[in-house]
Amino acid sequence: MAETYPEDLKYHPEHDWTRIEGEEATFGITWYAQDALGEVVFYDPPAVGATVSKDQPYTEVESVKAVSDVFAPLSGEITAVNDKLSDSPELINSDPYGDGWLVKVKLSDTAELESLLDVNAYKGLLSS
Amino acid sequence: MSTAAQDLRQSPLRDRHTAAGAKLVPFAGWEMPVQYEGVRAEHVNVRATAGMFDVSHMGEVRTSGPQAEDLLQRLLSNDLSKLAEDGAQYSVLCNEDGGVLDDLFTYRLDDGAFLTVTNASNHERDRDWMAGHAEGFEATVEDAAARYAMLAVQGPMARGAVEAITGGALPKRMRTATLEVAGGETLVCGTGYTGEDGVELLMPPAHAVAVWDALLAEGVKPAGLGARDTLRLEACFHLYGNDLSVERNPIEAGLGWICKLDTQFIGSEALEGVEPEQTLVPFAFTGPGIPRQGNAVSTAAGPGEVTSGTLSPCLNTGVGLAYVPKGAAEPGTAIEVDVRGKPRAAVVRERPLYAKQPARPAAHDPDSPPKKES
Repeated sequence: MAETYPEDLKYHPEHDWTRIEGEEATFGITWYAQDALGEVVFYDPPAVGATVSKDQPYTEVESVKAVSDVFAPLSGEITAVNDKLSDSPELINSDPYGDGWLVKVKLSDTAELESLLDVNAYKGLLSS
Repeated sequence: MSTAAQDLRQSPLRDRHTAAGAKLVPFAGWEMPVQYEGVRAEHVNVRATAGMFDVSHMGEVRTSGPQAEDLLQRLLSNDLSKLAEDGAQYSVLCNEDGGVLDDLFTYRLDDGAFLTVTNASNHERDRDWMAGHAEGFEATVEDAAARYAMLAVQGPMARGAVEAITGGALPKRMRTATLEVAGGETLVCGTGYTGEDGVELLMPPAHAVAVWDALLAEGVKPAGLGARDTLRLEACFHLYGNDLSVERNPIEAGLGWICKLDTQFIGSEALEGVEPEQTLVPFAFTGPGIPRQGNAVSTAAGPGEVTSGTLSPCLNTGVGLAYVPKGAAEPGTAIEVDVRGKPRAAVVRERPLYAKQPARPAAHDPDSPPKKES
């Protein structure tokens, strides 16, 4: 897919996105992150119920060449993981904002939202 | 980023890489293509048809003079007297302790000189080591790296593609020939590091673009250093800095077959009678996960360590090379790899992990007589 950054998402400088729905959020990695990583060939989802902390790695995605940590844009508890990715990790490349989502999280501190970037700020970061 | 990139050395093919959509990365002081369309696709293409790798970052050392062979016999682990005219030979360069300084191919050229191809990250050290030991020999050691660009053309259709742009017959495996390729003089070597048939081409940097374009026109697709690494790992070829280092000797690395101790090369005394506790083995995961360099290995005979790991594009499973205790080196032995805290089941395998497929036309032609196994 072509380089895109949806306007309805919030972004973390470590190239993660989050879609907020009330107190729940979906996390994934951005187009830039999947492009830099190359074809994702392995993804082992974290456990449902695990705690994630803002700015801390909570899972890994692997290309043939490398392992990359994925950072949590916000803190909370994992309520769902994308099981489809175990068999089809390439969805992270082909549809990073849709079928390539990684986890859903019940947020523990919605005030953290203020620290995230909107699409223009994130695009500004990429071009700097 | 841009200032660092300016310090990196550039291949004469850089514009061609950019045009082909390469992702360029710093590699041993050079900016080189790690991939174009994707490591997996490029890997599979080399196994199925033909791919070309720009390996111009690799260095060359030329050794000439009446005692050039004697000097190299002293420096390199293999038996130089067995290196045929126009031949190629694989060896390691060791220090006095038998630690590996580099692994290299040496070609005996038709003018009587020798050309040794070095790993980019070791080139200066190799050159200085070789020149530093030349005293007392009637031999000249020259850094020839600036004289050559290097392309590896590999895969079942590689020879045909190179043949189509070459005046004259290509050299056989482990042989070399100086031939006109795409209109310019090129050293053609029947070598490679992918486990496939093919050749390596050494030409003046100014001629590299012409060769590249001619091969592209023959349908050879670019392949990056990422695929080169996964291909060599499936073939169980060593990578210096991963599977070989000054901390390891060639015997434990499984390279005893290129160490001719009676030639009295530097390091041979230290290697005499060496019975290493560990040995390098290929392994494959039996479940999910991808092993990586540095992962700890547990075996019934004691601990070990992964030195290379990847997802094998052909076997579609995690594979690697690991140093394990001798008692766990037998193919079929179950071992466990700690992948960042997750224990992953693996089994020691025979080498190579992936073997070149037999030529297809004969096997699939119902009219051809049954093949006799030799």
